[in-house]
Amino acid sequence: MRIVVENVDKTFVDSKKREVTALTNINFSIEKEEFVVLVGPSGCGKSTLLNIVGGLMSPTSGTVYFEGTNGKKPSLGIVFQEIALFPWRSVYENVIFGLEEAGASKQEQQEKGKQYIEMVGLSGFENAYPKQLSGGMRQRAGIARALAIEPDLLLMDEPFSALDAQTRTIMQEELLTIWNRTKLSTLYVTHNIQEAVYLADRVIVLSRHPGQIKSIIQIDMPKIGRDQEQYRAQFEQYADQIWQLIRHDAQEASREG
Amino acid sequence: MSEQRQIITNRVAFLETKIPSYAAVLGIVCLLVVWEIICRLEIVPPLFLPAPTAILLAGWDMIASGELYKDLIASLYRIGVGYAIGAALGVLVGLILGFSRWTDAIASPIVYSIYPIPKIALLPLIILWMGIGEMPKVAIIALGVFFPVVINTFSGVKNVDPMLIKAAVTFGSNHLNVIRKVILPASLPMIFAGLKLSAGTSLLLLVSAEMVAAQEGIGAMVLHYGNLMITTKLMVGVLILSLLGLTFNRVLQWLERKLIPWK
Repeated sequence: MRIVVENVDKTFVDSKKREVTALTNINFSIEKEEFVVLVGPSGCGKSTLLNIVGGLMSPTSGTVYFEGTNGKKPSLGIVFQEIALFPWRSVYENVIFGLEEAGASKQEQQEKGKQYIEMVGLSGFENAYPKQLSGGMRQRAGIARALAIEPDLLLMDEPFSALDAQTRTIMQEELLTIWNRTKLSTLYVTHNIQEAVYLADRVIVLSRHPGQIKSIIQIDMPKIGRDQEQYRAQFEQYADQIWQLIRHDAQEASREG
Repeated sequence: MSEQRQIITNRVAFLETKIPSYAAVLGIVCLLVVWEIICRLEIVPPLFLPAPTAILLAGWDMIASGELYKDLIASLYRIGVGYAIGAALGVLVGLILGFSRWTDAIASPIVYSIYPIPKIALLPLIILWMGIGEMPKVAIIALGVFFPVVINTFSGVKNVDPMLIKAAVTFGSNHLNVIRKVILPASLPMIFAGLKLSAGTSLLLLVSAEMVAAQEGIGAMVLHYGNLMITTKLMVGVLILSLLGLTFNRVLQWLERKLIPWK
């Protein structure tokens, strides 16, 4: 199954009744088992785009569709920047939420719940409430919740941006390990270039005012071990290439605050 | 240099002062002792202010004769049924108003215009509608409980984090499940604030309604002994009301802890 984003435009009306173009002429696709990262400076509309793909916002024009569904209703898993775990549900109850809503049997819920809690390294915390967990552990639970429904498309909206630098590095490594086991088609949004190069099969670089695709960069490095010495030069090259593309926009964005 | 050293101490230690557990009882005991002394010294005539011991003795007599039991049951029945109906309807209507923009736009002005009416003012009208049985008393309590619960539930629903609703919808929840699994639990803290607020209101309405139109019940009893100038028995009624209010609050607190363990 592949996901196609076709001619998507999004305009907002701001508080002064002016029309603001957030996204224009967005065209790309996510192939089966592909990890696509959207990167861009703040205000480039990358979260807006992710929300449109996730069905949480409607585009002003254009369409987003799954191709090759063979009659199956495609499912989506989203990992939110705000994590958005249900505070009244334990880790286990949060993880199985999607399965519950899909009408899975109790036994399936238990099996998959256990499997994915183990995969994200939260075994032993099944009965803890989100409030009792650290930020990193909460996001692990958020990831497990999205993985548990084994979605046809996994969406991640800056999932690690609220975490401290050390936890973030660890989570990136673990995400790769997990992804390697599940191979889900993934759309990942970030403003962190290193993160983009580290995780992506393809990086989509967005520019601002209006948000549009500036460039799509194929990352030709093995998926695992990009932080190793032998790839350092290549890694830096990709990162620098992306930085040159968004530098001007990022500077502008920082001046606007 | 060492004689110039200045040790830094915690200057906000007073925020964490430990209080011994007997402190809670201390105030009440002091009040009762002073009250008893005033009565024993006959500074105030016993008709105006009976001594605590006299009240307790009168209370014991009323329990022994079964008189208190009869009034208490009548009152508990009215407040129990009235409160349950008002709270259940209040939560339900609050959820509906909060969830649907249509019902909000249409019904909220109605709710907000009836809310400020002191409900006891409606008692004569309700008696006219329902007769003088148990119904109007239950109805007036239910009405008094309903509005604070609706308004609190409503604002609880309006304050649910939209991210959680988005999350639930993404993972496949339909509208009913969004209400059941997200909006209801998320609004529980606010719902409980409403329930506690209306607990006091319900007690007030109970006593008022019983004073206006009832043969039995704590309110009727207090009024009856007031007319007869038997102040000890009157004070027994007041004491019962105080205990009733305290228990009511305790039960709600216990329920809140049971239902909101994640807080």
